[in-house]
Amino acid sequence: MYRAARAWGPCVEGCALVVPLAFSPRYDLDRANGTFARIGHPCYGESIAGCILVCPGVQGGVAGGWALLAMKARGIGFAGLVFGSVNPVMVQGAIAAEIPVLAGIDARIFDEVSTGMTLLVDPSDGSVLVLS
Amino acid sequence: MHLSREELAIARGDRGLPAKVLFEQQMAVGEFFGAERFVPVSHVHLCADYEVMGDAGAAMIAELADGGARLCVSATGSAGCLAGDLDERFAPSAHLLAREGEVQQNLRRLGVLSVGTCSPAQNVYVPRFGEHLAWGDTGAVAFANAVLGARSNFESGPAALAAALTGRTPAYGFHLDRHRAATLHVHVMAEVHDVADWGALGALVGLRAGGYSCVPYFEFDEAQPTADDLKQLAAALACYGSIAMFHVAGVTPEAHLHHEALASLPHEEVSESDVVSYLESYGPSVGGVDLVVFGAPHLSLAEMETLVRLLEGRRVAATCTVLVSTSVMQRAAAQSAGILDALHGAGVNVLTGTNWYNTEIGALRERLGWSRVVTNSAQLANAVGAQGYKAVLIATHACVEAAVRGRFA
Repeated sequence: MYRAARAWGPCVEGCALVVPLAFSPRYDLDRANGTFARIGHPCYGESIAGCILVCPGVQGGVAGGWALLAMKARGIGFAGLVFGSVNPVMVQGAIAAEIPVLAGIDARIFDEVSTGMTLLVDPSDGSVLVLS
Repeated sequence: MHLSREELAIARGDRGLPAKVLFEQQMAVGEFFGAERFVPVSHVHLCADYEVMGDAGAAMIAELADGGARLCVSATGSAGCLAGDLDERFAPSAHLLAREGEVQQNLRRLGVLSVGTCSPAQNVYVPRFGEHLAWGDTGAVAFANAVLGARSNFESGPAALAAALTGRTPAYGFHLDRHRAATLHVHVMAEVHDVADWGALGALVGLRAGGYSCVPYFEFDEAQPTADDLKQLAAALACYGSIAMFHVAGVTPEAHLHHEALASLPHEEVSESDVVSYLESYGPSVGGVDLVVFGAPHLSLAEMETLVRLLEGRRVAATCTVLVSTSVMQRAAAQSAGILDALHGAGVNVLTGTNWYNTEIGALRERLGWSRVVTNSAQLANAVGAQGYKAVLIATHACVEAAVRGRFA
């Protein structure tokens, strides 16, 4: 189990998508299709739909606030967001889109969790549990 | 969070359901970041374009407007998707234009002033030292905090809209003295002249040490930055490192408050070779050039004047498209000063009220066969990667020479 310093939102279960670089919806994603589209990105081509993003940090770009809402409404958005460090844009966007968000997660998660694992994110106690 | 009498009334719904719902979102954000109270804001700058908000955001704004919601703070709109006097060849789809038109109309019904700028401090509102804001362009926030001594966090579209309806924002982050102190000492030995150098410096520091709690304190061996230089530095720090506050020794208004603490801070050095290597990391300056873009953030009058001076009366190559993004206000100034005619005469296309990367540039790439963009903007170089473009990041004069020749020398 991993603990986060701050958390908001409902409990959610989903497939981990571990992204090793600081994240930005505008700079990294094809927001029409919900896939990583940045040239040279280690997750290039991967879909975010229904995934729980596990990421050490964020890039700037105010677009993230609307983008999380827009992608969720299209059915191609994240199920949850788990960050090391975070900025207000991601948190404001997650709350507007009603997507659970955690920040200040135990850094072990980035070494021990890999893409495809099933996670249970529980913002009520700021925990992330690996189910399988 | 401690709520004032007025805030309790908003929470009860006395100011209407939209304000109540958005205030609840603000409360959640405030509690997430440990805010103890709200702070009134005197100006809001709002990012709200259809390209990023989609139908869900457009519906939210329409619902607010239809419900009679009204802003209680002066609010201006950031660069959208609609470009004034845009050449049809570079226009986004009719669908995007139609939906963006509806969004902008509903924003006006709410009371948002549609000014279409991502550099509000150079165009529509210059905050005083210590003034609390809710601004939604990340680079503009970093500029306002660092260069003007104003106080704002990054406020995304929904959050800025909430602030405009409630007149306040949670007091965390850069509204508070304790978060504005330097956390990193950066000694810059590189000679930093062109805006591309300033952007590269911001990108380097953002990538090495970024994070929203990071507040770099820059000391230069030799630099006298202009406001446009600092605009590029702020934009690059924000977009690469999510940094919203910085100090420059002898330049920014709060730097002197933190000088004595420097010895205890982590230290970074940026050399000439660091900057050169970073610029070169974007790709080689070889081959033909069919697209050169200036403007992220929006160009100032002085920056457009610089382009005219560097063009020296020459036209850009017939095989090369050159785009400049600027605001409505700077365009009007450029028109008055003859700068706009000079740019048009040289074959430069001026996009007004939008940032080029807001205009469905992925579709443009496929339609026009573009694959690479040459620019002096580190922010733009970062933004185009997800749209399938490679970027070449070089100094302004080199961009102009490439545009005139249609190829690199």
